[in-house]
Amino acid sequence: MSILIDKNTKVLCQGLGKAGTFHAIQCREYGTQVVGGVVPGKGGTTKEGFPIFNTVAEAVAKTGANATMIFVPPSGAADAIMEAADAGIKVIVAITEGIPVLDMSRAKRFLATKPNIRLIGPNCPGLITPGQCKIGIMPGYIHKPGTIGVISRSGTLTYEAVWQLTNLGLGQSTCVGIGGDPIIGTNQIDVLKMFQDDDGTEAILMMGEIGGTAEEEAAAYIQKYVTKPVAAFIAGQTAPPGKRMGHAGAIISGGMGSAQDKMVALRKAGILVAESPADLGITLQEALKRKKS
Amino acid sequence: MGWYMKIHEYQAKDLLAAEGAKIPVGIIANSPEEAIKAFDHLGGKPVVLKAQVHAGGRGKGRFKDSGKDFGGVKFITKREDIIPIAEVMFKYPLVTLQTGPEGQKVSKILVQSAADISREIYLGMVLDRAEGLPIMMACADGGVDIEEVAHKNPEKLLKMAVSPETGLLPYQARKLAFELGFTPEQVPQAEAIMMALSKVFLAQDANLAEINPLVVTPTGEVLALDAKITFDDNALFRHPHIELLRDLSEENPSEVRAAKSGLSFVQMSGNIGCLVNGAGLAMSTMDIIKYHGGEPANFLDVGGGANKDQVTEAFRILLSDPNVKAVLVNIFGGIMKCDTIANAILAAYKEVGFHVPLVVRLEGTNVAEGKKILQESGLKIIAAEGLTDAAKKVVAAAK
Repeated sequence: MSILIDKNTKVLCQGLGKAGTFHAIQCREYGTQVVGGVVPGKGGTTKEGFPIFNTVAEAVAKTGANATMIFVPPSGAADAIMEAADAGIKVIVAITEGIPVLDMSRAKRFLATKPNIRLIGPNCPGLITPGQCKIGIMPGYIHKPGTIGVISRSGTLTYEAVWQLTNLGLGQSTCVGIGGDPIIGTNQIDVLKMFQDDDGTEAILMMGEIGGTAEEEAAAYIQKYVTKPVAAFIAGQTAPPGKRMGHAGAIISGGMGSAQDKMVALRKAGILVAESPADLGITLQEALKRKKS
Repeated sequence: MGWYMKIHEYQAKDLLAAEGAKIPVGIIANSPEEAIKAFDHLGGKPVVLKAQVHAGGRGKGRFKDSGKDFGGVKFITKREDIIPIAEVMFKYPLVTLQTGPEGQKVSKILVQSAADISREIYLGMVLDRAEGLPIMMACADGGVDIEEVAHKNPEKLLKMAVSPETGLLPYQARKLAFELGFTPEQVPQAEAIMMALSKVFLAQDANLAEINPLVVTPTGEVLALDAKITFDDNALFRHPHIELLRDLSEENPSEVRAAKSGLSFVQMSGNIGCLVNGAGLAMSTMDIIKYHGGEPANFLDVGGGANKDQVTEAFRILLSDPNVKAVLVNIFGGIMKCDTIANAILAAYKEVGFHVPLVVRLEGTNVAEGKKILQESGLKIIAAEGLTDAAKKVVAAAK
């Protein structure tokens, strides 16, 4: 079992520039059903074996795609998200980094008018159900099928966490990179709820970072609704206030969003929090043991 | 990209005035002589000299080594005081809580007609992340530190969600104005300023726009006395006229240089330079250095596709900081292959002439090949296995 995607998911790629094409091929090689690409003006052609369509609506009609991976450049990415939603795609994964925040504000309001659409990202590594389906830019081989659900705001830190889990023999049900922007389609609580309801997920590892109050809200949610073991880590314990740490969302401002506040909130909710990023895997292992004893 | 773009107070006020906000009369001076001309032009009446720097806390700041006890905002009534005070402002760097101890050089002063104030109000607009919408915020006590109000007396902060499609609607502005206690005569003036703030925020892709304070004069006039606007740098591509307002002399030179090479860099005060791929891992690398007793000198994210040129530039930036006593490279190769990175590190290492210990931790795609390349190079590179080993080695090397 898994959440959001599995071996039956049919994936489109919107934007087949250098990065989009490279990653579409990587996803296909991992075993993902990549059924085509959308490049306005190039409809009817093929690229690297992918049939190309002018519009998402046409691609959906002809391929039955139910998920999409967006590599469209920032200026057109919000439009690409809305086009996918309008064409009835249910899982939209926006990899693009650098989308203007007000564009995302408008896109999110548009998505709210469409039922049952799940946007992951933007500015995210994507998501993967190991051994079944990879929609994103993560290296496939570090993952291993299993029962740990992973939620993260960042890319390479997720790889670090997954690699530590895999080396401990702990496989993953699904890993979701929710993205580092101030406005994202899916937050920690949305993913926590899905993992809690998923029979294939036994425990959850959540990597947060400074900025905003999403981790504090997730902590409150876990305390109330999540019965599965949860371990967490917060990146940015040494980050100074007022400086944006790479991600647009990773900034401590208004006396809110510090790593310390988040760690306290998580611990209060009974969640094991790793002090060091080298201990992500063993902290999850510890959480599992506590549950069993 | 590493930051939000800031502009000066006078530029922010000009943008607001262009949308109909009433601001005090003021003239920009580039020298003490221009300041006196401005004073005369404004009728020889009392003025406020306002040093234009991006940092906040100007009023409570001091001019470094000047021996004077005034800050970056000075009320003046006499013509003969203009020149000596402007001279100090232009000569010595202004140190505030936000500038750091070295202070910020002042190259422009706003000479503004002094306004009598009977009331101060806070007005601002930001993005509410949880709602995914811009909100207008207001507080009947102006001139305050709004972050403190939000923290300690959240009930005093009035909030109004703004639709990004329609902008603030007139009735919303009126509602806020009445709740803030403006008189019926003042409400239309306050409404105009609120509408201007919303227009600038949405049309120019701001991520913060503040009028603090918004004031009422004894004659009932409503004015934007001070203003601050920062912009979403991801949207600057569609606002070339805003990008022109950038003042690079206000920004950290290393951060500016890094941004040009597509690197995300933030200067810190420690002695261990860091080069990492990915923002989350970069922050975590700083954290683990601290956890093992060291102090990071910077945050540096080379992004997903770092090449030799980027790594070389990153090394140059790190090594130009005299505090740096050791450097840690931490790469989790996903799409970026470890052998590619190893070759980039070698080439960059040779090109920049490394003079401090370099610790390298590689993991991920083609890691064996990457380690072999570093090992066989014969260079003095300290190899590390895993995050903990890397942190311990670099902390030891920096001592």
